[in-house]
Amino acid sequence: MSLWNRHKIFEKNSIILIVGILVVIAIGGLVEITPLFYLKSTIEAVDGVRPYTPLELAGRNIYVREGCYLCHSQMIRPLRDEVERYGHYSLAAESMYDHPFQWGSKRTGPDLARVGGKYSDDWHVTHLINPRSIVPQSVMPGYPALAKTEIDPSDVAAHLRTNRAVGVPYTDEQIANAAADLKAQTDPDGPGSDAFQKRYPKAVVRNFDGKAGNPTELDALIAYLQMLGTLVDFKLYNEKANLR
Amino acid sequence: MTSPSSVSKSISKSMTMGEAGLASGLAVFAFVSFLGAAMGHDAAFSFHASLACAASLISVIMIGNRYLDRPAELPPAEIGGRPNYNLGPIKFASAMAMFWGIAGFSVGLIIAMQLAWPALNFDLPWTTFGRLRPLHTSAVVFAFGGNVLIASSLYVVQKTCRTRLAGDLAPWFVVVGYNFFILIAGTGYLLGVTQSKEYAEPEWYADLWLTIVWVTYLLVFLMTLVKRKEPHIFVANWFYLAFIITIAVLHLGNNPALPVSFLGSKSYIAWGGVQDAMFQWWYGHNAVGFFLTAGFLAIMYYFIPKRAERPVYSYRLSIIHFWALIFLYIWAGPHHLHYTALPDWAQTLGMTFSIMLWMPSWGGMINGLMTLSGAWDKLRTDPVLRMMVVSVAFYGMATFEGPMMSIKVVNSLSHYTDWTIGHVHSGALGWVGFVSFGALYCLVPWLWNRQLYSLKLVNWHFWISTIGIVLYISAMWVSGILQGLMWRAYTSLGFLEYSFIESVEAMHPFYIIRAAGGALFLVGALIMAFNLWMTVNAGRASETEGAGALQPAE
Repeated sequence: MSLWNRHKIFEKNSIILIVGILVVIAIGGLVEITPLFYLKSTIEAVDGVRPYTPLELAGRNIYVREGCYLCHSQMIRPLRDEVERYGHYSLAAESMYDHPFQWGSKRTGPDLARVGGKYSDDWHVTHLINPRSIVPQSVMPGYPALAKTEIDPSDVAAHLRTNRAVGVPYTDEQIANAAADLKAQTDPDGPGSDAFQKRYPKAVVRNFDGKAGNPTELDALIAYLQMLGTLVDFKLYNEKANLR
Repeated sequence: MTSPSSVSKSISKSMTMGEAGLASGLAVFAFVSFLGAAMGHDAAFSFHASLACAASLISVIMIGNRYLDRPAELPPAEIGGRPNYNLGPIKFASAMAMFWGIAGFSVGLIIAMQLAWPALNFDLPWTTFGRLRPLHTSAVVFAFGGNVLIASSLYVVQKTCRTRLAGDLAPWFVVVGYNFFILIAGTGYLLGVTQSKEYAEPEWYADLWLTIVWVTYLLVFLMTLVKRKEPHIFVANWFYLAFIITIAVLHLGNNPALPVSFLGSKSYIAWGGVQDAMFQWWYGHNAVGFFLTAGFLAIMYYFIPKRAERPVYSYRLSIIHFWALIFLYIWAGPHHLHYTALPDWAQTLGMTFSIMLWMPSWGGMINGLMTLSGAWDKLRTDPVLRMMVVSVAFYGMATFEGPMMSIKVVNSLSHYTDWTIGHVHSGALGWVGFVSFGALYCLVPWLWNRQLYSLKLVNWHFWISTIGIVLYISAMWVSGILQGLMWRAYTSLGFLEYSFIESVEAMHPFYIIRAAGGALFLVGALIMAFNLWMTVNAGRASETEGAGALQPAE
């Protein structure tokens, strides 16, 4: 009986009740979250992962804006069927520059973690504008407006700078040239192409939407989709090296 | 409107600190919003700033009007020795709950039909599934559920403390400010303003506004507890308090973001990759645990005993399951990230605690159901009580299914499929929906001092909605498990048997059944809205003053 009586201290004092609640709810979160910031084994050491190019970042923001993550995951689980269907299971390192993460929670459509390079740019152009013209059973919405909307280059540098402030290692040079790089990635024969590829090694330079002129939202989204999952070369990746 | 007496009194009356402070604060805010609207970097930001400017100006005018119309003295805390309860803000929140409920269920029906018939996306930027889905979840969880929680908590805390709500304008600021947050969030989704963190989609400026509103809510609730006339804090209030505090902690933990410009809507979240995933599902699962569970358990602990006219079954069980529930829930987040790139140790912790969570959840269910001891016959005659009791049964079912789905092998099949959607809706429609309906059916007659217009209509609502829920969740069980099995099916030669699109095609009939279930649920809610409308506007006055406070559990 005495133990039940002791509970009265919480029932008779609202401040003590609040303190009790705060202590009890703090424990689980602290134990599960804080180690992720300092345990080295959380994020694998791999080669190839780099920050997004300005065009890819703009495409990623469109992916976020349209809620693509609500139907498409970007997280391949280490299960036999998923690895065969989508490719190597996803590594934490592959999304370490993602603010916010886009792992998703539902697959109304297929996983997109390694969709990069699986389809041609033309396929994506057709599919994004009218999915059922190329996949008749699809239930995905069409996004015809993307092709008609140009990306505003004026605040691209500010986007890179904000990303750097939250931990993405953009260099001063990348930030200074952000607006030029945005256009350079869609213009393989243009003057900025070489300098762009030095700043973002192995980034793909193509006219993604196949139309001349300034980069559109369609360019940006396809540039993003075409690089997904392509940064790490899994022929060279040694998963044993990350066992600690 | 000015009668002679109020004119003569208005000479001696003066504005309270709260009136003057809030009015001038809102005036300054209107000016800042005006500048934001004029200088905004994107159309959505300017639109939201204009809304803020207009809402602030209207509020200033309303505060002024209220001051001119009111007598010199603020409403007394007691009249004739009895507490003079503050019901105005609660009426407002109850009405908004019904409004947002209809809106949220309707959007849910639309997106369910979009998945069955994709032409309904209309391929316009503002009408695609990706933008409507957060509108649906926020409208039902935060707008409908949130208003039910705010309304019921402000009612219960007054009644069980036998004291008038703390604050004069503060409760109004909470209910109006919260609904303004919903307006900003909802219109933002349609315009593509989102952080993409599920159930935490609103951008930085909406998050900041919500923080101010929520802290005020905590203070109103807490200060009412502090000045209570009862020695003990009633058990429902423990749950409300845990809900309010934990949601504040979760909101602050999950949302720190740096805007690209303080005049633009886009921000980047402070956390990245795996840490962001962990923060998100620590938030996401506990939005379920504390918003949709602890808060609604508080409703259960007040409204079921009240309606059944029986005391809470076990005081000791309520102590044990309260502390166990809030301790264990916080750990359960990683079960949303099984087999992902989240470290295994965190996944294992998440699974372990999710399974343990089954026990305190069922502790709550037992406490709710057993409160009916000696009053089970009322289920036959009182459809409102039946609704609440069935909601507790759904709670028990969902809190068994949840721990089961958090087991890693089960999750390897269920994750990413419609099974999760079915599970969520058995909790959301069955538990949260029904207990909210039950609470509103009690609350509206009490607040307006009326008799409920029609119990027969409640009965119709109950059965139509129940059939809707059964259709919904059974369709999602079948489609989810079918989907999961198709993805992992192999032929005898060792090849994957189905392409992904074949699994999409196989979903079609179930998506139609699901939409039909959702439509029935919406029809039930429309019947309810009519019933409550008639209760307030054409109902008979209540015979007895329906609300003596419960004794504290002891």
